[in-house]
Amino acid sequence: MEKTGAEILVECLEREGVDLLFGIPGGVNLPFFDKLYDSKIRVILTRHEQGATHMADGYARATGKVGVCTATSGPGATNLITGLATAHMDSIPIVAITGRVRSDSIGSDAFQEADATGCTRPVTKHNYLVKDVKILAQVVREAFHVARSGRPGPVHIDVPVDIQRAKTEFVYPEKIHIRSYSPTIKGHPLQIKKAAELIRESERPLLYVGGGTILSGASPEVRKLAEKANIPVATTLMANGALPYDHPLYLGPLGMHGKYATNTAMQKCDLMISCGARFDDRVTGKLSAFSPNSKKIHFDIDPANIGKSVRVDVPVVGDLKTVLKELVEEIPSQNHEKWIRQIQEWEQQHPFSYKQNEKDDFVKPQYVIQELHRITKGEAIVTTGVGQHQMWAMQWYPCRFPRHFLTSGGLGTMGYGFPSAIGAKLAFPDKQVVCIDGDGSFQMTMSEMATAIHEKVKVIVIVINNYYLGMVRQWQELFYQQRFSASCLTVEGGRRSKENEPDPRKLKYIPDFVKFADAYGALGMRITRKEEVVPALEKALESKSPVILDVIIHPEEKVFPMVPAGAGLDDLIVDMA
Amino acid sequence: MKEKMGEPRHTISILVENKFGVLARVASLFSARGFNIDSLAVGETEDPTVSRMTIVVKGDERVLEQVEKQLNKLIDVIKLCDYVETPHLERDLALIKVKADKNDRSELLQIVDIFRAKIVDVSDNSVIIEVTGDEDKIEALIRMLASFGIQEMSRTGIVAMARGGKTLTL
Repeated sequence: MEKTGAEILVECLEREGVDLLFGIPGGVNLPFFDKLYDSKIRVILTRHEQGATHMADGYARATGKVGVCTATSGPGATNLITGLATAHMDSIPIVAITGRVRSDSIGSDAFQEADATGCTRPVTKHNYLVKDVKILAQVVREAFHVARSGRPGPVHIDVPVDIQRAKTEFVYPEKIHIRSYSPTIKGHPLQIKKAAELIRESERPLLYVGGGTILSGASPEVRKLAEKANIPVATTLMANGALPYDHPLYLGPLGMHGKYATNTAMQKCDLMISCGARFDDRVTGKLSAFSPNSKKIHFDIDPANIGKSVRVDVPVVGDLKTVLKELVEEIPSQNHEKWIRQIQEWEQQHPFSYKQNEKDDFVKPQYVIQELHRITKGEAIVTTGVGQHQMWAMQWYPCRFPRHFLTSGGLGTMGYGFPSAIGAKLAFPDKQVVCIDGDGSFQMTMSEMATAIHEKVKVIVIVINNYYLGMVRQWQELFYQQRFSASCLTVEGGRRSKENEPDPRKLKYIPDFVKFADAYGALGMRITRKEEVVPALEKALESKSPVILDVIIHPEEKVFPMVPAGAGLDDLIVDMA
Repeated sequence: MKEKMGEPRHTISILVENKFGVLARVASLFSARGFNIDSLAVGETEDPTVSRMTIVVKGDERVLEQVEKQLNKLIDVIKLCDYVETPHLERDLALIKVKADKNDRSELLQIVDIFRAKIVDVSDNSVIIEVTGDEDKIEALIRMLASFGIQEMSRTGIVAMARGGKTLTL
């Protein structure tokens, strides 16, 4: 049957099982939007294309399915870049479809023309400019396959407006084969045997679990391995929830703001078993000082990750779930009681902690998150922006389940939290979805409140409000002689120091997030005292409409422990006091 | 392994899909990851759907391992071969315009002859020399021609092929 390019696009999306599409129409994707009008796909009209990418991303992280977003040419396409780069760094499957100016005006500096595929090339796993309607169906099939297989990632399809209108005989390509692309799924049996041998011989093993565990759905296998061989588990930021937080073998997070016990275990272990982690500099600290005495096993689906920054003894390329299933068969039951007791001692020396100062009646951000965790039993889907609040969320909201902690780990994209929460809530309407955000991060994408209201998406935003770019301030305080250059987000922000800091009690906060919530028809509440926290959280969780909790904290609040950038994990600053 | 500027030099041939934008993908990979590229030559192969790129890149073992893994990750890259441990041929073609009046020509002709190069254009005060060979030969000729005054030079970049029966095909 003959179909237009736009009809083919919509039909291919439906056949891929797409139920939600995030985006904004514009000049050259109108044929596509016109066909969406008749489709059963629910279109979520966002207020900015960046919001659309993060929503698709949040949907993808929460469900494991491919998130789909769309934009028009030029500014629409360039607005996708941050979201695609975010997904690319964290290996999140997204398909982004953009309209392009007419084929015969490509390169003529036409209205709203940008070299969209040129722009997205370095921030996607792959991209396509479709110059012939005959290959469109094939391209869409390939795009979904590439996005979700192997090491997942975003794929961009650019479709000129005349191709959307052009007609061709439509044949759905049932099978796809890309001759130059076949990810390794099964691990090499000999390598798995070698890994098993190292595990058998080890006295102080440590599982270093990363986001790949979540992506591969390998949580049950990691758990089996940990339990059978009695190996403690440390997670990266990306793997919060890979093991239930109350599992006896779960140690907590690693890295720059990770636990003392976890980082110390990393330094003292004799065998590190890396599962879908990529030795990010925020985890390793100074490479030459990183886990100096351990043998290293590295499970990764991406061969390029192996040996990239840290030399390993036994690399195994393959899908983590598949590989671990085989590995577990190869290892005996073991007992590492002495080693685990040692780690527990470290934990008792320096657990995550904060002081609720009697005189200082400012609300502690850690307390707010701790109470949220208690009330929601660690079972809510939590998203974050980037900065101090993100680290507090990692420390104080350890999750029970995988795919419940959505955060921009690799790129560190401020503004990720709120739209990704909307995407996750649309995927799981019956779940509590809470965005723990900072006032700086939230302001980057808060225009999506209109989307949340219009689509009746009830998410809770907890704005940890210190009227500063808090993590920037923390670095300026610790490493730049308390010269707060352009980090204060209220009053005139240019130059602040300890001496001329505004008094937080007399401050006019801009914006007023409660009035902001009110302006959109959301529920806004301000929290300035400890005793207001629990009632406000309870009210927020019961609310039917979106909620903003504006939690006023003291700007001197810092994230500890901390490994300064460029230092080794041994040089952890436990606290300033 | 040839050494130049302290770092080993590798000649890599890759077979890629003969599609729009593939050259940009490969080139931007090098700039994005900070790999140093010495030369890049691209052309068709015996199969019209496949292009062949030959890239000369410098770096230590670790850099090269990353270069090759990252290239292999590109969806349009079908096959890759690093010739570092394979007996192979390398050829570069250069056109060199040299200042030369009547008095210089006989000496130039001798040099050209020794290098088995060709003079392909002559004018009153210049000649164009065409030379084919591996990098060492072309560099040597350039050194010999420098005293005459090189006015312009254009090179294709290196292409390579394994000796004997070994092939890089689909």
